[in-house]
Amino acid sequence: MTDKPPGTKYPETKILSRNFGVPESWTLKVARERGAYANLEKALREMTPDQVIDEMKKSRLRGRGGAGFPTGVKWGFVPKDSDKPVYICCNADESEPGTFKDRYLMELDPHLVLEGCLIAAYAVSAERIWIYVRGEYPGSIARLEQAIEEATAANVLGDKILGTDFSCDCVVHSGAGAYVCGEETGLLESLEGKRGHPRIKPPFPAVEGAFGCPTVINNVETLSHVPWIVEHGGQAFADQGIGPDPDDPKSMGSSGTKLMGVSGQVKHPGVWEFEFGITVRELIYDYAGGPLDGRKIKAVIPGGVSMPVLLDEELDVKMGFDDLVKAESGLGTACAIVMDDSVDMVEACENIAHFFADESCGQCTPCREGCHWIEKIFRRINAGEGTEADLDLLEHLFPQIEGRTICALAEAAVWPVRSILVKFRHEFEAKLVKTPVGAS
Amino acid sequence: MASTDTDLAPILDTFERRPETLISLLQAVQGRLGYLPPEVLGTVARHARVPRSRVYGVASFYSQFRFNPVGRHRVAVCRGTACHVRGARLILEELERSLGIKEGQTTEDMEYSLETVACIGCCGLSPCISVGDEVSAKLTAKKVRKLFKNAQRSAHK
Repeated sequence: MTDKPPGTKYPETKILSRNFGVPESWTLKVARERGAYANLEKALREMTPDQVIDEMKKSRLRGRGGAGFPTGVKWGFVPKDSDKPVYICCNADESEPGTFKDRYLMELDPHLVLEGCLIAAYAVSAERIWIYVRGEYPGSIARLEQAIEEATAANVLGDKILGTDFSCDCVVHSGAGAYVCGEETGLLESLEGKRGHPRIKPPFPAVEGAFGCPTVINNVETLSHVPWIVEHGGQAFADQGIGPDPDDPKSMGSSGTKLMGVSGQVKHPGVWEFEFGITVRELIYDYAGGPLDGRKIKAVIPGGVSMPVLLDEELDVKMGFDDLVKAESGLGTACAIVMDDSVDMVEACENIAHFFADESCGQCTPCREGCHWIEKIFRRINAGEGTEADLDLLEHLFPQIEGRTICALAEAAVWPVRSILVKFRHEFEAKLVKTPVGAS
Repeated sequence: MASTDTDLAPILDTFERRPETLISLLQAVQGRLGYLPPEVLGTVARHARVPRSRVYGVASFYSQFRFNPVGRHRVAVCRGTACHVRGARLILEELERSLGIKEGQTTEDMEYSLETVACIGCCGLSPCISVGDEVSAKLTAKKVRKLFKNAQRSAHK
């Protein structure tokens, strides 16, 4: 808040973003001057693959794409004695509305992304890295391809990297416009040249992934954390952020730093990096400048568009995996969308519902049909043609979609709009057709 | 227009004849022709060694692929939620006026096409549009009119 005395802001911690704003940060020359590939060299010369995986497990790094699965555990699932090639797949299909963090990493520090991929490849003995970038990011694709070319020429990528026995190449694959390909198995299908229909798990990709081979799929930001963990050790990473809840044996906490974004109706939208622990309110008011002049915050989706909304009075929750779940929302991609009191929530629901209806891959009936039902009902209500029965129908519909499909797109379609319907029901009721007096 | 097998051969030959190259193959062909004419699907199918039905299945699944020619400048309005709350609808309406076409249409002179797309990923700069690969950010109706002030004249030539 502007009336806060200076110096009390939650501090930024620039680890992933340390090179943002440095001139030509995307070139190998500048990146190496600033330490790029030193940690790859450390891993290759001083650590065994198992030691790298152990440090990753110690770090308690959780996936940054939205699901929050522990990265070290995921790497540990890859069979050690596979007779098939092993692949790393960097998920750069950043398509969730409101999410624009991975673009910064790919365009401003592609060598950091590449170094993270290479250390991951060394840890699981992978011979190829695929970077699946959404087709709508031509700038990211160009920067990555340039980085790959430079890294190959400098022998930090390719055959016998840095004179060791480790060889690994890297291929950028451009997506063709489908949100569902950000789901890891949808991504694999797409990589294989097919429609991006998510697969039934098990088998998990770590055992049977791309082209039937063991594959580790991690988000861009997740992989970008790896070099720092190799440099400082997993414990140092785990000491940052929010520790596990001592009263909950299953809690993994939210360790390390995270890129967090704010967009929508705020004065200064942007992306910053913090240790986990900043509250949603601090993020929005102290960094994004708060709501536009004369406006009040009405609702915030803390991560992308697929999480339940928070009201203004609920913003003192920490941006963390477990904290936001306890607040009945979720961290998602940690890129918040802010809506102020000028937003018509019925219209917002129609916008969100349209996105998911359009992006449903069509494989599972509850999602394929249900997402379109949701969109049609919101459109009807928004046009002033809805009735009380439509609201009941929505409530009846949600549990028949959520949890009844192969992938999580259906949940993502239900969660935000259901929370908006619960918290802003009066706005929906105000748009319903008024039943004439005496009508039965 | 390069729509026969021989014209496309130089492009096709840069790809291995395997099913997994299908998406990259379609991207390259569309990059050359601007869209995917029906007769090309068979050519691509033969090259990737897959049935024509699979080529159509894949091409119709991904939003990037189109089966009709579009304008030289593809104007895409982001309808992501951040852009939505910052007035994407007004930007679309202004574009429809400036270009003299509706969403989903192409100007008669084939200069401009207008479409809406899911999030462009420039949410910190909303509302935004893309024209080809270029993103125009923090738009207002006035900025749109300025950007496209010559468009309508060309559309109605």
